[in-house]
Amino acid sequence: MKLFKSAAKPVAVARELLPTPFFDKLDAVSLVKNWHEWNGYLVADVVEAVGKEYFAIRNQSTLFDISPMCKYRVKGPDALRVMNRLVIRDVAKIGVGRVGYAMWCDEEGMVIDDGTVFRYGDDEFMLLCQEHMFTWLHDCAWGFDVSITDETHNFCGLALQGPTSFSVLKEAGLESVADMKPFDLREIEPGLWISRTGYTGDLGYELFTDSQYAHQLWDRLWGAGHKLWGLIPIGFDALEIARLEVGFLAPGLDFQPVHVVSRINRGRTPFELGFGRLVNFEKGHFNGRRALLKHRDEGSRYHLVRLDIEGKEPAKDAFIYSGRDKVVGHVTSAVWSPTAKRNIALAELEAPYGGKVKNGLWAEIYVYKEGAWQRRQKKAVVVETPFFTNARSRKTPPDLF
Amino acid sequence: MTKCDSYDAIVVGAGHNGLTTACYLAKAGLKTLVIEKNEQIGGAAVSTELYDGWIYSNCSYVCSLLRQEIIRDLELPRFGLQVVPFRGGVNLDGKGNYIGAYPDHYVMRREIARHSPIDVDAYDRYYQLVMRQCRFIRPFLLRPAPDPTSMKPRDIGELIYLVKRMYDIGPREVGEMIRFWTMSIGDFLDEFFESEFVKAKFAGSGIIGTGLGVYSPGTAYVLLHHYMGDVDGSLGAWGFARGAMGAISKALGAALEEAGGEIRTDAGLGEFVIRNGKVTGVALENGDEYRAPIVASNMDVKRTILHHVGRDKLPGDYVKAVERFKIRGSSGKLNIALDAMPRFPDLPENGEIFQGDFACNTSLEMLERAYDDWKEGYWSSGPYFDMLIPTKIDPTLAPPGKHMMSVFVQYAPYDLNVGGVRSPNNWTDEKRDAFAECVFDRLSLVCPDIRERVLHAEVRSPADIEREVGLTEGNIFQGELTFDQLLFNRPAPGYAQYNTPIEGLYIVGSSTHPGGGVMAAPGANAAREILRKLGKTTAMPTVADDEF
Repeated sequence: MKLFKSAAKPVAVARELLPTPFFDKLDAVSLVKNWHEWNGYLVADVVEAVGKEYFAIRNQSTLFDISPMCKYRVKGPDALRVMNRLVIRDVAKIGVGRVGYAMWCDEEGMVIDDGTVFRYGDDEFMLLCQEHMFTWLHDCAWGFDVSITDETHNFCGLALQGPTSFSVLKEAGLESVADMKPFDLREIEPGLWISRTGYTGDLGYELFTDSQYAHQLWDRLWGAGHKLWGLIPIGFDALEIARLEVGFLAPGLDFQPVHVVSRINRGRTPFELGFGRLVNFEKGHFNGRRALLKHRDEGSRYHLVRLDIEGKEPAKDAFIYSGRDKVVGHVTSAVWSPTAKRNIALAELEAPYGGKVKNGLWAEIYVYKEGAWQRRQKKAVVVETPFFTNARSRKTPPDLF
Repeated sequence: MTKCDSYDAIVVGAGHNGLTTACYLAKAGLKTLVIEKNEQIGGAAVSTELYDGWIYSNCSYVCSLLRQEIIRDLELPRFGLQVVPFRGGVNLDGKGNYIGAYPDHYVMRREIARHSPIDVDAYDRYYQLVMRQCRFIRPFLLRPAPDPTSMKPRDIGELIYLVKRMYDIGPREVGEMIRFWTMSIGDFLDEFFESEFVKAKFAGSGIIGTGLGVYSPGTAYVLLHHYMGDVDGSLGAWGFARGAMGAISKALGAALEEAGGEIRTDAGLGEFVIRNGKVTGVALENGDEYRAPIVASNMDVKRTILHHVGRDKLPGDYVKAVERFKIRGSSGKLNIALDAMPRFPDLPENGEIFQGDFACNTSLEMLERAYDDWKEGYWSSGPYFDMLIPTKIDPTLAPPGKHMMSVFVQYAPYDLNVGGVRSPNNWTDEKRDAFAECVFDRLSLVCPDIRERVLHAEVRSPADIEREVGLTEGNIFQGELTFDQLLFNRPAPGYAQYNTPIEGLYIVGSSTHPGGGVMAAPGANAAREILRKLGKTTAMPTVADDEF
């Protein structure tokens, strides 16, 4: 990918949003041309219609371009030590050919970002995340024997998600993924990596290859899946619904990555985000360990919780009340779940609400109806499990649909 | 042989309404049994494999009316129910023209403009009026129909609610509403549109499932009944149940069993056991008997009362009201396994709108002619059809690359006329084949190669639907949806709150308010009534006042 325009004259950086390696393919099938910016690239909000795209995630299969995601390769004799220093979980427990979800913190124990750790080999990892971590990785690696490379711009990725995604791979000649379990990672063909991971909670895979093979990969999946298995490309809007049904976090919405906020008190610990179980204090030192021990013992200041809210209007931006008049938090993401038929949300509440106190919560929702605002108080119930679960997402070998 | 022959409540018929009632009763702590004559549950909401590898929704075939409040309340998604909406839909004239229904407003305007520029704004007016009427009516779906002759506080409360809603929509709209509820879809469309083809596009919903023509009074309401459903808040949207309609019944069945209810299939009802005007249980055809002080019938009102109670046990005027209840078979169904997607030469490349339903309505006159044949006791020589190819969306119904086609056909009489004699027995195999040929002829106008694609076809006449499902005369709504038999007149005046003259015997199917379609509202409303009489106040789903 050309980040700079090459010419003999003095050059300016590219001002336009850049096409991802899959942009031409997406553009050719996009009916609505609805794009937005992600990490300097053009990505789709909607390709044809949000509803159609969302339901393809839960009913057929979908392609989502994840190329702009930040991708860092950490390689060398000390790679494991660096990764373990970086993240809160014990990376040694992620075997070679496995992927693990991870969070990482600053020295205050505040979450910098979350993402996935791909273990390519004993001494080789790839970190995939939303935020830019190149400098932070170098900070963490100081004094260790590793090389860190930013592969964001030369490694492209497609998320293939939905109940027929295994059938699509099978049709595309990649049937050997059949025995891959959730979170398995494999170089299925030279230069083509597949992991059984995703952001939808449904059966799904993520495929990575060098950007020069992007079109080949797209054509291969499209040819195998579009006619026979209902494969369609999707944009962000549809994915947003699916990820909320599972309760995956979106950085910038459900928590504020502490490195990019100017208001330092916006930082949150993994405990406060509901991921305390990931913190491994036994593995030795890691960034934020001391602070997190203190946070563990002192208790959380906030609780990020899943809410099931009565009624149908998504509680977007709603304040959460305890009783009728005490504001105790706010909704960070909300959507009507078309599959669970529930009005769902993630909300950040001040402790003890959402922790020890789970009852008596109300969402204050403002709804605009043809020229008039309505204020609605709706009961909000804290839910411990994902709103969407389906056995097909974990089954190995997967079903055909 | 049986674990126990005594229950708190028995539901007769495992249709979606019967199962819904049973779920609510079981959840309220009643020991509940459901008996079903067929080997699978579901009634008219079933998934059937009649041809190896193909799953048919061989009776009801779409859901939108299924109340989301009930899906949510009974947690049906947890039991595997996934409703997948389709949008769009297209009407062809068989001569090279088509008109599609696009979800985006500006696209829909462009589409109508292609046919008739003057009808573009008319469409906006039409749509606004229909939506306004839908907003008015939807809250009533999950409320009991008030009895205007009753002085009970609750009935008066419901009447006040009705009047208040009317007041809210304004005096002009009240007039419109009464017109809308009583007029014909043909007259209604004539008021808005000029293009015959545009009118024909919207007319189908006004006659579907009904023994009436497009110019028969009352058909405008039938259209409303089809529009007031919604999927995920988009009013008027339609959807498939993933895995065909049986998925709804399966989820309801699983929810029932988790709540402690029991289901017995292959258990056809002989008669209700009635002593001194009170129901005490059921006697099955196989001789088994089960006792319960409450028996809820999911069968239509005619079958329940006339076949299984007997007029000697009932007041004469009630029997008369049941006898005159209109429940006429008017539609047939073809379920077809296709070896490949048929060609639609008059349509552009595949798009979202072609995942919806297909019709071939050329004009209101054509639809009225189709009705004329039926009145005489013949199937329409140029029938109206509502055709869908669910495999375009649902990957679970046929092998990859193969397809399943569902063709709802109207009109087809229950008592076929052969040589001046009208009888359901006239539906011989030969007649059924001739009916199918007539439908294929019509389908060929829009997909000329349809006959070459067929691997298997199931043909169902109204008589077949009655025999296999149990719906009287094969009427899909368990009674027509005309104003004379809606609200407090459904199914009979004085008995609109799911009760019957027999104490403890309830009717919980679509013969009751608010009527037919895979809606589950009658079943849920009936459960509320039963529990209320038992003094159990259970939270039941409602359409909140501010949700429309």
